[in-house]
Amino acid sequence: MLPVDLPLRTRVAAMAGRAIADASRWVGAGEGSVIGGRVTLAIDQRALELMAAGHQSVVISGTNGKTTTNRLLAAALASRGPVSTNSAGANLIPGLVSSLFRGRAGAAVALEVDEGHLAEAVAAVHPTAVVLLNLSRDQLDRFGEVRRHAADWRLALAASPDTVVVANADDPLVAWAAGACDPSANGNRCGATYVGTGQRWRADASACPNCGSRIRWTDTRHERGGAYWACSSCILTRPRPDAWLEGSDLVLADGRRLPIKLQLPGRVNVSNAAMAVAGAMALGVDPGRAVRAMSRVRAVAGRYQVLNVSGARVRLLLAKNPAGWAEALDLIKPPPTPVVVGINAGVADGRDPSWLWDVPFDRLRGRRVVATGERGRDLAVRLRYADVPHTYEADYRKAVALAAGQAGSRQPDIDLVANYTSFQDARRALTSGAKRG
Amino acid sequence: MPAGPSPPGPSVAEPVSIALLYPELLGTYGDGGNAAVLAQRLNWRGIPAEVVDVHAGEAIPRDCQIYVMGGGEDAPQALAAHELRASSVLVDAVGGGAAVLAVCAGLQVLGHRFAGEDGKAHDGVGLLDCETHRDDGPRRVGEVVVTPDPSLDLPDLTGYENHGGVTTLGPTAVPLGRVAVGHGNAGGDDTEGIVNGRVVGTYLHGPVLARNPALADHLLSSVLGPLASLDDEEIEALRKERLHAARHPHMHMPQLTSGWRRLLRGS
Repeated sequence: MLPVDLPLRTRVAAMAGRAIADASRWVGAGEGSVIGGRVTLAIDQRALELMAAGHQSVVISGTNGKTTTNRLLAAALASRGPVSTNSAGANLIPGLVSSLFRGRAGAAVALEVDEGHLAEAVAAVHPTAVVLLNLSRDQLDRFGEVRRHAADWRLALAASPDTVVVANADDPLVAWAAGACDPSANGNRCGATYVGTGQRWRADASACPNCGSRIRWTDTRHERGGAYWACSSCILTRPRPDAWLEGSDLVLADGRRLPIKLQLPGRVNVSNAAMAVAGAMALGVDPGRAVRAMSRVRAVAGRYQVLNVSGARVRLLLAKNPAGWAEALDLIKPPPTPVVVGINAGVADGRDPSWLWDVPFDRLRGRRVVATGERGRDLAVRLRYADVPHTYEADYRKAVALAAGQAGSRQPDIDLVANYTSFQDARRALTSGAKRG
Repeated sequence: MPAGPSPPGPSVAEPVSIALLYPELLGTYGDGGNAAVLAQRLNWRGIPAEVVDVHAGEAIPRDCQIYVMGGGEDAPQALAAHELRASSVLVDAVGGGAAVLAVCAGLQVLGHRFAGEDGKAHDGVGLLDCETHRDDGPRRVGEVVVTPDPSLDLPDLTGYENHGGVTTLGPTAVPLGRVAVGHGNAGGDDTEGIVNGRVVGTYLHGPVLARNPALADHLLSSVLGPLASLDDEEIEALRKERLHAARHPHMHMPQLTSGWRRLLRGS
């Protein structure tokens, strides 16, 4: 139940929103978290602020890894008490509101927030800590420019001085956004914790967010989990990390070394876990305990889930933008494992799929690829120019069957990688009648 | 790929060089794909071709046949203009017969002047007779269909625009075409892009050459002479879909249709 010390208006607003969300779920119109949150906000505009007040809270944002990091961080927090979280990824303001409907007194709050709405969320929630993952281009048609997010973040964090900022030291845009006090203080904000994640995506941070000059990377100077970087003209440099990755060990500044063992695949998830550990520590969770709790997380909102589709074992992977695709292409099984790639360009994906040309799809050579999704034809042309043998098939089940037919074994493994709404479409199409593998 | 008759062009030993200028500054919208398309369409014809990435701070090579520039955000765009104006290589190369494709921020940089982040005017390279300012209106975003200028003898162009700039053409300028759908230059007329001999500027992403192979071959032919035709059936299928989607947007609203599907299925 909601705490009784909330104003009556807020309690009524939350009850109404929750009733609408339940009704929406009951009639099968979806999770109901968005409409429920909207109803609550319509009755009480300050609902998010009032419902979050008095809870320990952490807000997670960035272009890639929000949902996974939030899931890992919530697991760490759950090891010591109740948690309210938006684990299904409803990460705009109404989604945050509805994730607090069932908030118990004393529950910790872990919220992933869309990068374009972080400023608004920080102003309302006044979080104990903010975890800033990365910023790369995504949905440019909707939000404009990546640098504007960094500037908005920076202003919002400057206005919330009690919030502990946990930031990725290897993303210059994020490091600058986190250095909310003064870039001349070597990029380090009072109270900011920097994590050396070894992030490899650099294409969106070639110009310094502080002054516009070039960022230079020095790969020969690798320290505390990543390559040194510095602006060629102003004072912005890679902040000295307080925690960093050495292989899959998280090393803390006091010398402690925590092996990160996950059931989730890939280097990118080790980086996400490192950020989550630092976030959990900001809320007072012992890092060893956090790592143990994270090691039990198996799938995140359907991602990495394996479905049995007519005998084929289909693993579902999500990738939303060039940085995410570069990671996903590292995760997929080696050739000749067939791959189904799904591309949509809905509002939530960004309406312009030109970014397909920034993804190194040539790495799919040597296997059969089936292109699917609402923009499967754009992908087919991209694959053609990359000399990747492929077939176009609009229907997800047929696309999987085609890939399975080409695998040459009776129970083939297939990796299906799709962007946001294509992932949802694929999951829906393949789970009707599928068994979980 | 069909290998057509050997076309006139450089000797077999010497690959055709396509310079991709400042991909880290002007690479926001996937426009680097234009260079890949140009090179691959030559390779498919048995003509060796290579893409040379030119990064900020490096000298631009003088001897490339085609130079390609893409769209980017405001601060990197100003940086790219600064780099380009620091040497006369691009202007000299065009004088020597090279072709240029400049998209979005690239188009703006090749004009006389363009507006930067704060509305402040920056000097451009001056290869195209146009200038770009900003207005208070919303960004021009969405699918575009362009009817090309008759002098170019090209089929309709399909692409996706995403810009805040308003480009006005000077008296000597020839537009790339007229918008049938979308905004294009948005300077109070229906023009899209600008052409000056072998220099082509456009607002179209997609990338524009991936969606419009005829424009790619137009650029290639402008420096290499006539080229054999290719099997573009798969690309034609994409073009047909995109042109239809732009002209009939209500039939191509994926969010809406999947919502309806769900509603009808009751799940």
